[in-house]
Amino acid sequence: MLEHESISNPTHSKTTGLPRKRFYRARAHSNPLSDSHFPVPIFPSQFDYSLHYPQFFPLPDRSDGSKKIEFADIGCGFGGLLISLSTLFPNTLMIGMELRDKVTEYVKERILALRASNPGQYENVSVVRTNSMKYIPNYFEKGQLTKMFFLFPDPHFKEKNHRRRVISPHLLDEYAYVLRVGGIIYTITDVEELGVWMKSCLDGHPLFEAISQEVLEADPVVKLLSTATEEGQKVARNGGQTFQAVYRRIASSFSH
Amino acid sequence: MEDNHMEEHDQKLETEVAPALIAVHPNQKFISVSIGSDLRLFNLQDGSGVTLLDENGGHKDSIRSIRYSKSGQLFASAGDDKLVKIWDTNSWRCIYSVVSEKRVTSLAISCDEMFVCFADKFGVVYVVDVRDYNNENRALVNTKGVPLLSHYCSIITRLEFSPDGKYIVTADRDFKIRVTLFPKEPLSGAHEIQSFCLGHTEFVSCLAFISSQDYPQGLLASGSGDSTVRLWDYASGSLLDTCDVGAKAGLLHSNQKQDEILPSVTDLCATSNGSRIAVAIQSLPGIMLLKCNLSSNTLSVIKVVSITAETFIPTSIGASSSVPLLWMVMGASSLQSNNFALLARVRVVSGFSDNSSVTVEPEISVLDDKEIPRGEPLLQILQGKLSIGEEAFSTAAEAVKTSMRNLLIKKQYSAERREFRKRGRNDKKNQTPA
Repeated sequence: MLEHESISNPTHSKTTGLPRKRFYRARAHSNPLSDSHFPVPIFPSQFDYSLHYPQFFPLPDRSDGSKKIEFADIGCGFGGLLISLSTLFPNTLMIGMELRDKVTEYVKERILALRASNPGQYENVSVVRTNSMKYIPNYFEKGQLTKMFFLFPDPHFKEKNHRRRVISPHLLDEYAYVLRVGGIIYTITDVEELGVWMKSCLDGHPLFEAISQEVLEADPVVKLLSTATEEGQKVARNGGQTFQAVYRRIASSFSH
Repeated sequence: MEDNHMEEHDQKLETEVAPALIAVHPNQKFISVSIGSDLRLFNLQDGSGVTLLDENGGHKDSIRSIRYSKSGQLFASAGDDKLVKIWDTNSWRCIYSVVSEKRVTSLAISCDEMFVCFADKFGVVYVVDVRDYNNENRALVNTKGVPLLSHYCSIITRLEFSPDGKYIVTADRDFKIRVTLFPKEPLSGAHEIQSFCLGHTEFVSCLAFISSQDYPQGLLASGSGDSTVRLWDYASGSLLDTCDVGAKAGLLHSNQKQDEILPSVTDLCATSNGSRIAVAIQSLPGIMLLKCNLSSNTLSVIKVVSITAETFIPTSIGASSSVPLLWMVMGASSLQSNNFALLARVRVVSGFSDNSSVTVEPEISVLDDKEIPRGEPLLQILQGKLSIGEEAFSTAAEAVKTSMRNLLIKKQYSAERREFRKRGRNDKKNQTPA
């Protein structure tokens, strides 16, 4: 999957070896409701770690299964956050999930180029083209993730399209399933209406609780939310406001 | 372009076909058959048909799900008319009429009979509180469901409660089975997912819990468009065994092409002690009988119970918990030709029972019409007429198969075809074909 192309790739910058975005332009939105035509693992252990993290898994057989993906960036876009997280948590496996195929292709090339120019680095990060709203349980087991990111998701303003929003009361049930107790869900948007929506979904969910301001300030990841992604930088350039909601997965109080 | 138009037109006709369904009262007091919008009931105790009392005049479109509650006190029906009707089986009056926003695909009644759940075509499961119902003669309640959980934009094919009532299980078109804790107060949603049972490679079409006194929690069996029945430890989501029923029934040919559509499993029914499972499969005239071993967690084929005199491929099967009879129905709603409209065929297999004490297999046979309890009067009511022409069978089987495939199997288009469809959308779709 992540075979490396030659340095003289015409879609890559000659000076940095990184792919150039203008060759990977895509529509800004993708319909998450349409039937998908890409391969999806039937269950999480079918996901081939050796294709995505060859340095961690030199053999296709992942019989030990000891190390698993812990961070998931849902709708990773051009991958800015992943790249920053990769060096901040060099021993944690992380994956970006993106529905737009050209954008996924860009992130894939970007990671390969970074691995080539920084040997030993960026080996813990990868990307997959998928519809995370539909197939999260196909990739991750119960309680596998420690962090999930939802950065600048599609706002879907029309009420009719609210069910396309990536944060919704029912989808939070699935996110709570793949997050382990104590795991953190990070959301940020520049659309106030969506910020209010995401916060109210999380506030209303029995398996999430808001994280206090002090804890947030001490978390190095929080700063990356607005600075690391392409979308975040664009908002900052235009002097826009951002609205973030960061919540912790808590144990259930459900008694049998 | 013309091609495209035709295809969509055909598909519309086909997806409107709904299979005939059968439900058996837990003590076999009543047998219910639905076909199209028609709900037929027979009282086995007094040997007569039952007249349903519904102020709103019954269902208006194809019924997609019918269920008795655990004690048999309640009966529920729902379908394409976006209505869920809950009936009291003493008076056979409709006591709740629930309006859904979308078409309803499946139903389940909680073990304590306090809640009725239904799933719609957009993957949302709703819950209706029926605790305030009492037997006193009172007016029909018109109400709405409260969202309980959701499979993201997938069609939910089946809903089931675990035998202990702790979990609600949902199966969908995207190969998934989800096991969710059913809270004591479900009106604020069921948020805690216990597991996903993943392994099917096509839509999941049916579910059945297998439990016994020794294994009260039991196991879960599922049937699918991938032509298998799978056995699960549903609390952990682990796959225990897979039985390739399509291949074992001899429905798959050695020269089967890779992309050919496999005969789907359409329905499952387990005996009350869980040791036997009847499996209805598309293209199989009769049923396949499986043995489930709850201590070794395995499934094995006992035999195929064939129906030879006529091409009877059941569209739905059911059994009571106390009588060793398996009830089967075959039929389809709204076929193009009106001659066969709303005819259903009912057959019964005897010897459908657990086999814990005896070493000899109970005698399993397909009953002749005159051997069926209450024979002719029952068939007259449930089938619509006593004898049904052979042509009706093949038409019904084919129509149900096509509509199920169109509804649940994802279409595979070539890259060129996909490009073509992309170009043809929005601005071009309203043009009339040349």
